[in-house]
Amino acid sequence: MEKQILRECRAVRWPLALSVLAGLLALLATVGQMALLSWIVAQVFLGRAGLRQVAAALVALLVTICLRAGLVWLREFWARRAGSRVKSEMRQRLFAHLLRLGPLFVRDERSGELVATLNEGCERLETYVARYLPQTVWSLVIPLLLLAIMWPLDHLSVLLLLITGPVIPILMIAVGSYSQKHIQRQWTTLARLSAHFLDTIQGLVTLHLFGRSGAQEARVARLSEEYRRRTLKVLRYAFLSGAVLEFMTMLAIGLIAVFLGVRLINREIPFVQAFLVLLLVPEFYRPLRELGTHYHAGMEGRVAAKRIFEILATEPAVNEPATTPSPLPVAPLTITCEHVTCRYAGSERPALQNLTFTLPAGSCTALVGRSGAGKSTLVNLLLRFIEIESGAILVNGLPLDRLPADLWREYVALVPQRPYLFSGSIRDNLRLARPEASDDEIESAAELAGAASFIRELPRGYDTEVGEQGLRLSAGQLQRLAVARAFLKQAPLLILDEPTSSLDPESETLLREALTRLRRERTVLVIAHRINTVAAADQVLVLDGGRLVEVGEPAALLEQPTSAYAQLMTARMRGAGALPGKEAEAL
Amino acid sequence: MTRKRSVALRTAWRLLAFLRPFIPQIVVTVLLGGIMIVANMLLLSMASYLIAGAAIVTMIVLLSIPITIVRLMGLVRASARYGERLLSHNVTFRLLAHIRVAVYRRLAPLAPARLLQLRSGDLLARLVSDVDELQNLYLRVVAPVLVAVLVTIVTYWLFAVFDPALALIAVAFLVISGLALPLLALRLTRGLGREQLALRGRVNVHIVESLQGMSDLLAYGQATRRREELAAWEKRLDRLQRRLAVAGGLQEGLQELLTGLAVWSILVLAIPLAVSAQINRVYLGFLAMLMLAAFEAITPLAQAFGQLGHSLAAGERLFRIIDMPPTVSDPPQPRALPASSSLELAFEGVQFRYEEQGQQRTLTDISFRVPAGARVAIVGPSGAGKSTLLRLVLRFWDPQAGRILLDGQDLRSFALADLRRLMGVVTQDTYLFNDTIRGNLLLAAPSATEEQLWRALALAQLDDFVRQLPAGLDTWVGEQGLKLSGGERQRLAIARALLKDAPILLLDEVTAHLDRLTEQALLEALNTLMEGRTTLLVTHRLLNMERMDEILVLDEGRIVERGRHEQLLARDGLYRRLWEVQNALLPLA
Ligand SMILES: Nc1ncnc2c1ncn2[C@@H]1O[C@H](COP(=O)(O)OP(=O)(O)OP(=O)(O)O)[C@@H](O)[C@H]1O
Ligand SMILES: Nc1ncnc2c1ncn2[C@@H]1O[C@H](COP(=O)(O)OP(=O)(O)OP(=O)(O)O)[C@@H](O)[C@H]1O
Ligand SMILES: [Mg+2]
Repeated sequence: MEKQILRECRAVRWPLALSVLAGLLALLATVGQMALLSWIVAQVFLGRAGLRQVAAALVALLVTICLRAGLVWLREFWARRAGSRVKSEMRQRLFAHLLRLGPLFVRDERSGELVATLNEGCERLETYVARYLPQTVWSLVIPLLLLAIMWPLDHLSVLLLLITGPVIPILMIAVGSYSQKHIQRQWTTLARLSAHFLDTIQGLVTLHLFGRSGAQEARVARLSEEYRRRTLKVLRYAFLSGAVLEFMTMLAIGLIAVFLGVRLINREIPFVQAFLVLLLVPEFYRPLRELGTHYHAGMEGRVAAKRIFEILATEPAVNEPATTPSPLPVAPLTITCEHVTCRYAGSERPALQNLTFTLPAGSCTALVGRSGAGKSTLVNLLLRFIEIESGAILVNGLPLDRLPADLWREYVALVPQRPYLFSGSIRDNLRLARPEASDDEIESAAELAGAASFIRELPRGYDTEVGEQGLRLSAGQLQRLAVARAFLKQAPLLILDEPTSSLDPESETLLREALTRLRRERTVLVIAHRINTVAAADQVLVLDGGRLVEVGEPAALLEQPTSAYAQLMTARMRGAGALPGKEAEAL
Repeated sequence: MTRKRSVALRTAWRLLAFLRPFIPQIVVTVLLGGIMIVANMLLLSMASYLIAGAAIVTMIVLLSIPITIVRLMGLVRASARYGERLLSHNVTFRLLAHIRVAVYRRLAPLAPARLLQLRSGDLLARLVSDVDELQNLYLRVVAPVLVAVLVTIVTYWLFAVFDPALALIAVAFLVISGLALPLLALRLTRGLGREQLALRGRVNVHIVESLQGMSDLLAYGQATRRREELAAWEKRLDRLQRRLAVAGGLQEGLQELLTGLAVWSILVLAIPLAVSAQINRVYLGFLAMLMLAAFEAITPLAQAFGQLGHSLAAGERLFRIIDMPPTVSDPPQPRALPASSSLELAFEGVQFRYEEQGQQRTLTDISFRVPAGARVAIVGPSGAGKSTLLRLVLRFWDPQAGRILLDGQDLRSFALADLRRLMGVVTQDTYLFNDTIRGNLLLAAPSATEEQLWRALALAQLDDFVRQLPAGLDTWVGEQGLKLSGGERQRLAIARALLKDAPILLLDEVTAHLDRLTEQALLEALNTLMEGRTTLLVTHRLLNMERMDEILVLDEGRIVERGRHEQLLARDGLYRRLWEVQNALLPLA
């Protein structure tokens, strides 16, 4: 794990190394400080010296104290830098990878959990790198270094330390492996808590509608309580091992003091050496003790890192070609699907089966079908959010999977079934399609989509804040903005997934006219349930249960009462006697 | 600036007030903490006294007391430490859990009106990270400060046994590093906490929106820009953390320096005293060690105070939610609900505008009546204010003028929860929870039987679909239900609303995402369901309109036409136009 982190983020190597080095130098300063201290005490105590005799040593002591303080500063500074670099870099990398994994991955996960990983997870990684990693190095090196220093002073104490010392890491490993699974559970609970909160916050209105916000409070309480319980469980092990460590340390200090005392009485060791040994013994244990306090943070970091690397190791659903083909397809585009079958991960039934059709350049194709027939799936396929299981999609004869997905998406403008607006102004949201678009272009796209009139009436016009998910707009307004955004992109392939579902018949007609105008320069695919949107198309495709059941020209199909298309568009219950004549006939 | 400080003080005070029920535990924590540190002081000083004594005496019996102390302290310290940690963490995490629930309790009534000003990513950061940030205050500031005071007193007393001047110096160093350093740390990091937390909230918003709007982002080739934006945020965070690192390192270094200087000063002061035999030379090492060990109580303070700015900023962010008044609230004495046979809804001269909208009204002069059990349709162009009207009935907002009456009583005289219990609602933007189909349905009626679930699904025309799913009702619907198709999501939301079996129905564009065949079947099912229920139906689809008791045509927030279907068709108005446009392309078979 350590190796993987260091391999992943090269930027932390230097700060980490500097911090470790400063820590080691600080230890040497400590040793010097302690040596001077013991010498001064011994001189005054046994050598009957006064202030004057030890003045030089006192000055030297002052210098080492300052030196040590400076080194500690450096040690801390670099450790923190290493931590925040890891955090920032891993977060960005994870974020980039999630974007590569695409929307379907996110739908399968819980976005709140992903946010927790990006946030708390990376933060835990920070503590791990800033605290735990350097500490492991010090707790390996410093005790050995001190043993080497103490060896000439007193063999017996060194032997004593050698016997008690290893108990601590062994103890810690034992406790650690035991608490690991609890830490794992604690992390899962935190992730669940986060996911739950996000889902609850966004669904609060729905909760109110069903009078469940109170019940949800109980659930929040339960989850928070569970998180507390799990955290404490983890901590209990940490505290227990900490207490044992503490006890061992104290015991060893006491033991060594008594042993030293006995030998001092027998005059087997000079006082100055004995005192120095006594001063150094706590330093021997200090890194191990600190490792103990950071151990649990370290474990948490490892658990978070595991999740992070797990996500990073997930392969994107679509294969990216290694090279960009040349020449690239040029507009106008003809899209051909040949025996395309596809399936969502984890579902048995293919969502689309053996589709074969063509979207001719410069024409508008309407895709209709009952709810759940697979229309939006085809859109996901065309945008390369999911991979084809078999068959091929050709763009001007070039297989789609030979194009890098990012590059291909530049050819496409999309109005998704559930458009998403980002918090920001209307202008920002439209500009998403083409950051360099001028205000004129934005306004004419809005005009074309039938959005200009309502935007003008808003108090701040194009600078009106739309709120997260466009919640401050009416559904129809949001939809028209999404259409305007797609128009603004001026891409050769225009895909509209139910662009009129929330529109009144008049706005719908406006949009149909816009499409009629646009299709000359583009290839248009429009999905709709309503005839007013579909009728402008040059051809219709009728999907049913993932299969293509009918292809034809809308007007012609409408003539045949038995056609699937005609039924879909004009469905009318029988026994409509009570209705006014014209409507009964018409619908 | 003084205002900011007083805000911080008030926040600190309010945060501390949460501790009130835990005072006994805190007292015990402080005592245990004090014992733990004093034990270490005694151990180290006694150990050095022991070897100093051993250097001048010749009989081990004389040292039996220090030896016993040295032995005992290990056990005392270890158990005191264990107890202190466990207790303090227990209290803290209990408190955090409590605060989370408290914040949620205040947050819930803010939806939707107030929450539009906040963003869910930021709220999430508040509920998860900011609450966690309070840990520092409860764990590392409150009790440790008291422990430090305790230890300082004990140290003074121990040194005073030898010499008052020594005691003064010792205390002076403890106070300087216990007071000046934390204050310095606070000063150095002032404002950084608030900034960092705000940034973290911002990054969270960025992440949440990017995850949930990913299809749109990718389709518009914005992945790179989004990444760059995150990098820019990270850069700002990084600059901040660099300053925090400098400050943090500085305070650690100064802490070391002060500890060293304290020991040094004690030595410099004690040596002449020892020379003049005012204190026994044996105690020289003892005193130095005492000083060194006393700092254990002080050292953690500076770091804790360096983080205090964060805790206070977190507190401020949480109190902002806690203190936000909801736009609508329960009356002091809610009226009992009317009998379900007399649920007449009436609007009387209602005027409404959203706060952000300045002068422009969303609804003007709306008056109409829906007799108990009647059906009224609201139609009109997009943005006319139809959904807003339903939101007023649900009391998500209150009108600025005019009244809405239920059975002749103002809506505001009923409790919100009671009122909403009466209403079965399908909103235009349906929200499904990341749960199973069953879980989403049970939201409406937690005790519904399997049979009732299937009946609701059948009414919503979704039963066939669910039946053919391998996991049936236990199929996971994914984030916001996005593993279902648009129409399936909508039908599930309808099934959920129908399961609630409420006497008032508010339906907003229930068939928008459905094909005509499904729509037709659904409308038939709804038709029987509306029997006897007071219904408000918002729609762009002028279907089955002849079944409505009244149709209100809304345009730009006003009722421009009203009447029954035939009457409106006979008139040459907006309704007639909409109807003709809708049907123009259908073949006259
Ligand atoms: N991410 C997913 N994982 C598994 N199954 C899915 C996923 N998304 C959609 N499905 C299923 O695939 C089928 C086709 O869905 P699709 O969204 O393509 O339908 P649609 O034709 O667009 O329907 P509608 O008109 O209701 O929007 C549906 O039965 C749906 O439940
Ligand atoms: N939360 C809000 N804050 C400010 N303005 C809002 C908010 N919600 C809606 N509006 C505005 O109020 C007006 C009416 O919106 P409403 O949602 O009631 O329209 P609608 O008639 O339901 O339209 P549609 O048919 O498109 O759903 C619109 O101009 C909209 O921009
Ligand atoms: Mg609406």
